Amino acid sequence: MTHSPLATYQPEQRALALIGGEATDANLRRYLHGIPGIDAVGLEARAADLGTRSIKTSSKRWAIDTIIGLIDLTTLEGADTPGKVRSLVAKALVPDPGDPGCPRVAAVCVYGDMVGAAVTALGSTHAAGGTDGTGVQGVRVAAVATAFPSGRASIAIKLADVRDAVAAGADEIDMVIDRGAFLAGRFGQVYDEIVAVKEACRRADGSFAHLKVILETGELNTYDNVRRASWLAILAGGDFIKTSTGKVAPAATLPVTLSMLEVVRDWHRLTGVRIGVKPAGGIRTSKDAIKYLVTVAETVGEEWLTPHLFRFGASSLLNDVLLQRQKMTTGHYSGPDYVTID
Amino acid sequence: MNRLAIPKTYKLYIGGKFPRSESGRVYEVLSHQGDFLANAAKGSRKDTRDAVVAARSALSGWAGATAYNRGQVLYRIAELLEGRRAQFVDEIESCEGVNAAVAGTQVDEAIDRWVWYAGWADKYVQVAGNANPVSGPFFNLSVPEPTGVVAIIAPQGSESLLGLVSAIAPALVAGNTVVVVANELAPLSAISLGEVLATSDVPGGVVNIVTGSPTEIAPWLASHADVNALDLVGAGALDWVELQISAADTLKRVLPPETGADAAAPALSRILAFTELKTVWHTKAIL
Repeated sequence: MTHSPLATYQPEQRALALIGGEATDANLRRYLHGIPGIDAVGLEARAADLGTRSIKTSSKRWAIDTIIGLIDLTTLEGADTPGKVRSLVAKALVPDPGDPGCPRVAAVCVYGDMVGAAVTALGSTHAAGGTDGTGVQGVRVAAVATAFPSGRASIAIKLADVRDAVAAGADEIDMVIDRGAFLAGRFGQVYDEIVAVKEACRRADGSFAHLKVILETGELNTYDNVRRASWLAILAGGDFIKTSTGKVAPAATLPVTLSMLEVVRDWHRLTGVRIGVKPAGGIRTSKDAIKYLVTVAETVGEEWLTPHLFRFGASSLLNDVLLQRQKMTTGHYSGPDYVTID
Repeated sequence: MNRLAIPKTYKLYIGGKFPRSESGRVYEVLSHQGDFLANAAKGSRKDTRDAVVAARSALSGWAGATAYNRGQVLYRIAELLEGRRAQFVDEIESCEGVNAAVAGTQVDEAIDRWVWYAGWADKYVQVAGNANPVSGPFFNLSVPEPTGVVAIIAPQGSESLLGLVSAIAPALVAGNTVVVVANELAPLSAISLGEVLATSDVPGGVVNIVTGSPTEIAPWLASHADVNALDLVGAGALDWVELQISAADTLKRVLPPETGADAAAPALSRILAFTELKTVWHTKAIL
């Protein structure tokens, strides 16, 4: 497939070329409202249909290990302590102590002030996207920032939040968009914020922390808004688009994730650039997670099933996946007594 | 006037709901003479797994209810059974090929047994617990607590209702939750008991009834790591030694099969079989 000349542009130029001018409210509105609307009934039917695939034995085994390797193991509670983050890291590195063959999760996701604790706890197994000293895939540290989960703070505080987390060693920043501004049609403000946060992700050595943009789809009300927010986040330079904070219901749903994957697919066709997707919140069972794998493979292709391009934001999902894994290994059903409580 | 026959297709009773078997299978329930009575769901291992999940999530509520409350709830089941007496008699007559008088006696006995066990709910702790004498200034108290999720293979012989009640009632008294595999050939009593339980005060998931083949289902329950105890009372015809070995892997409490007229006779020991004795030390105040 040939890409349009857009593929050769620098990211900022590309966005401006697409928008057709400066990223003002008016230009962005013209562009985003020019995107075709979503057939909500068709989208939900398609998502429901993808959820009916039957995955058996060896495929399921592969799916379960893949899911573990795609999880952002998350703790985002007011009651978090360095001790809790340490035990989370221990679980991220060795999800199932009874089975050394169990893969590691992709990352741990914590609040900004816990990044230091997570980095210390990971030690040599902390690897920004690469492998650790032993050649095994390292575990990354993701931090939520920009006044997560509400995003209600001044831009100066949001950017300071991001810089703090990056300085403490975060490999990935999960930012929230200003949903109030988005819903009020102030697209330019949302765009500028994402651009500014992206800039704040720059490390001292000039490299960037990965930027995940949380759309909080539960507050966007319509699939059309989800699609527009996805385009906006990608245009502004997000590396990942993420469904939810996990603090608002409904969090990730299959139709919402499908619609975001479609945007990612279209963006790849348009520019040749691959953007990641992270459904977060509400995915608790391996059965649900497998539905997401199917949806990814059918929408953007199996090459998206790597930690660089797809993640699950979850905490309780891992235990359910481990129970399934134990069932497949031992041949009999396991129980919650055989995984850690967290 | 000829009326159209309505052949029923019954479902499972899991987590307070009546789902179809995940496998979609059913089997025919035949009368003693071999006539078609109804279709019953043929439960699979995944239905059993779902039942265990339901039983586990219902456990804290049921075990945490006060003993007096549990007694009341169990007694209420006896009341409902009494109200549905005619239906149970009818089903037992057709399934087991006995006359109305014999069936009636069985139902009465089953109801009496519920009442008898319900009465134990707030009394067995006093009988089985103890304040132990110790040589120091301590209270030393032993208290029985429920074992957890109990899997039961219901008696498979005649007296389908009485056998089922004799197996599940004692496990419920102490606060355990139950997954029971019904009598395969005569499951109608179990299905109707499920309907009684659904309309009683028993929280969903406390009793889960799976109809189908014990031969197929029992090994999954015996090896399931989230089942705490296994009552093999009706497993005499199965390879129950193998089931015991399998249950030992996850340290389950196991009761062996019983046969004969007085199988699973009412006894305090059946209640205590699925309890764990907790002993606590507490300092005495010395003034």
